[in-house]
Amino acid sequence: MDGTKIRSALSMMDERGSGEGAGYAVYGAFPEFADYYAIHVFFDAVHESKAAVDRELGNWGTVVHEEEVPTYENRNIRKVHTPWRYFFKPDPSLMPRSETPEDDIVMHLVMKINTTIPGALVYASGKNVAIFKASGWPEDVADFYRIQDYSGYIWLAHNRYPTNTPGWWGGAHPFNLLGWSVVHNGEITSYGTNRRFIESYGYRCTMYTDTEVVAYLFDLLVRRHGLSPEMAVKALAPPFWDDIDRMDKKERTLYTAIRLAYGSAMMNGPFAIVVAQRDGIVGFTDRIKLRPLVCGTAGSRLYISSEEAAIRTMEPGLEEVFMPRAGEPVIGRLGK
Amino acid sequence: MTIGSVPVRFRITVDGSRCMLCGRCVENCPYDVFRKESDTIHVNSRKCVACHRCIAMCPRDAISIKERPVDYRSHPVWTEEARESIYNQARTGKIILAGMGNAKPYPVIFDSLVLDACQVTNPSIDPLREPMELRTYIGKKPGRLEFRDDGDCQSLVTTLAPNLELATPIMVGHMSYGAISLNAQKSIAMAVRESGTFMGTGEGGLHPSLYPFQDHVIVQVASGRFGVDINYLERGAAIEIKIGQGAKPGIGGHLPGEKVCEDVSSTRMIPVGSDAISPAPHHDIYSIEDLKQLVRSLKEATEWKKPVFVKIAAVHNSAAIAAGIARSSADAVVIDGFRGGTGAAPRVFRDHVGIPIEAAVASVDAKLRSQGIRNEVSIIASGGIRESADVAKVIALGADAVYIGTAALVAMGCRVCGTCYRGLCPWGIATQRPDLVARLDPEVASRNVANLIHAWTLELSELMGAAGINSIESLRGNRDRLRGYLLDESIMRVLDVKPVGA
Repeated sequence: MDGTKIRSALSMMDERGSGEGAGYAVYGAFPEFADYYAIHVFFDAVHESKAAVDRELGNWGTVVHEEEVPTYENRNIRKVHTPWRYFFKPDPSLMPRSETPEDDIVMHLVMKINTTIPGALVYASGKNVAIFKASGWPEDVADFYRIQDYSGYIWLAHNRYPTNTPGWWGGAHPFNLLGWSVVHNGEITSYGTNRRFIESYGYRCTMYTDTEVVAYLFDLLVRRHGLSPEMAVKALAPPFWDDIDRMDKKERTLYTAIRLAYGSAMMNGPFAIVVAQRDGIVGFTDRIKLRPLVCGTAGSRLYISSEEAAIRTMEPGLEEVFMPRAGEPVIGRLGK
Repeated sequence: MTIGSVPVRFRITVDGSRCMLCGRCVENCPYDVFRKESDTIHVNSRKCVACHRCIAMCPRDAISIKERPVDYRSHPVWTEEARESIYNQARTGKIILAGMGNAKPYPVIFDSLVLDACQVTNPSIDPLREPMELRTYIGKKPGRLEFRDDGDCQSLVTTLAPNLELATPIMVGHMSYGAISLNAQKSIAMAVRESGTFMGTGEGGLHPSLYPFQDHVIVQVASGRFGVDINYLERGAAIEIKIGQGAKPGIGGHLPGEKVCEDVSSTRMIPVGSDAISPAPHHDIYSIEDLKQLVRSLKEATEWKKPVFVKIAAVHNSAAIAAGIARSSADAVVIDGFRGGTGAAPRVFRDHVGIPIEAAVASVDAKLRSQGIRNEVSIIASGGIRESADVAKVIALGADAVYIGTAALVAMGCRVCGTCYRGLCPWGIATQRPDLVARLDPEVASRNVANLIHAWTLELSELMGAAGINSIESLRGNRDRLRGYLLDESIMRVLDVKPVGA
């Protein structure tokens, strides 16, 4: 799939935004560099900060290719950052005690660059995944990057109505860390708890917005703690105690354990979230579904959106449309 | 007559036009303030402690109490309290005793913290219409879960350590039988059982009449080891090792022999009439590794079925101590702030040693998180929790649950006169004198305490709902939902909260 349809689907929902932030993620964007981490950086001024970023990357591995992300002049978008992408191979011998040294090196680099190099913000760091985001209306951001020139097997898109950090490119969704990309509608009232929890595992929240913790939480729970995506969703939006009390013993023990171990990871407040990684996507809402989420299927394709109209724009011949219950994950896995 | 009489603390007047000479004030005052002669009530104001029992019992509202009717000559440095203490010690040459908690006018940090509410960008949640979860588990939590892949699904490998399940994060702290009456303990026990929460025994043993409530009782092991045997340990829902107490950090306890009646003596396992003196340190704990041994011995004795708590007073390095406790196999650390009450403490300790609970909880939570061991222990905050807002704030600073002490006593009638150490509590709470104890009806008093816990729980639900939070876990450590109002920058850094407007 190229980016044409997702552009028109997101434009359907312009009234959900304010023209101050939109973004897209596409998995499978860089087949020729599929084995390299695609480190995306916003530079305030390339000549000021890039040397420091180059140096950090050089300390930890090899950059096999780099380029300014191609953009096309658009009168509605002021190019306040220069987007750049590196294709990077970390040197695993530099992180000897880790079970996943390459991911850990990249995570370390993201946290380090974002907290110590002024004027540089790493906004994506996964393999074979491209992120396009800026301040503007969805169709303008799409045209600015010409997303129709990219194609892939998973697309995420998001239209923002910012309240906390308007006009800041880093604040637009999707948020990405390693393979994880997140789009989020809502506000996380448990952010303070979640942030303190995730920061005690070495993550650093640098984007001034609540959504980034979701990417970090998935990275921790799934990659580092080995939970399945279903279990991770159950940790982030667990069943109520009243429901747990009615379960059979085995399930009750399981969900009690999840709530005890990961109580600080649980997310509160209204949200609908879609998280993608290289082999699939998962969509879910908060425990009382304070934000909409609708799904549709057609053939082997799964669509998840805030609005059915957006799905029908992409796929007029939908076979099934359904609305998941509060807290229930909807999972799409990549076919073999 | 070198010093002479000092200005009377309270002046009592009985309005003759209202008084009907019923004599209830005479009967009710254990301090012998009132005397009835022919058709007049005579008053000795100097004996009054302002416990307000007479005021509560007077059917005609005839009694009034005025504080400091004749004041000391004012002076900004030589306060009345300073001078009075000097006169007192010049006469006696002794340590001054005091009851209740810290009575110095230090600023209360809780009162400079404000809570958050949701509007527009996210909805507040109505607890009357939506589920609101206050259930709290106290004990060790796994740092991560291990799963085994069973084909399609994952099954859990991790086993959970025993935890106490609380219906609300409000427990009643440790007040021993001896310090308070059996009726007071029974009232609390009935209330916590009804409220789905727990109470502490204090270091006074477990009286057989509390056995029916033992599933809601945390038994305490303190430095005197009073009342401790295997029966006691096995009956408790959890065991708490008391190292320190907020009202008197660094020193032990002292129950005067007059309070050690037959029943107290058998519950504490000490001779009748003997002073029960708990040493300052545990004589088998001279280092953190000794504490670990005691924690593990208690667990071994009870077959690792019960959570073990360790209670410390909030002092300058409580965060480091808590980090040590978290590594000792203990399941919870109780931090008792310097406003924590007591039956009797040297005034100089009560008023000058220790730090406020707000700062202690914030620093302990931050330290445990920075070391990645926050899940190893629950944090129970106590000492100066006066209302549901304090509960919400201290949980937002990082506590899992609170102990209340004084608040529960106030719910039973206590007027916070601070004279507990004399053993004459006219409300039947901090006394062992049978006629005074009989004044406290456990049926009534337990209802009051249960009402208080219920009311605070409702208020806590409403506060959480307004903040867009439907589970207590999401309030815990959520300091982003607090703001400091006219707190100085250094204390806001310790609390890790922003100022109002930021």
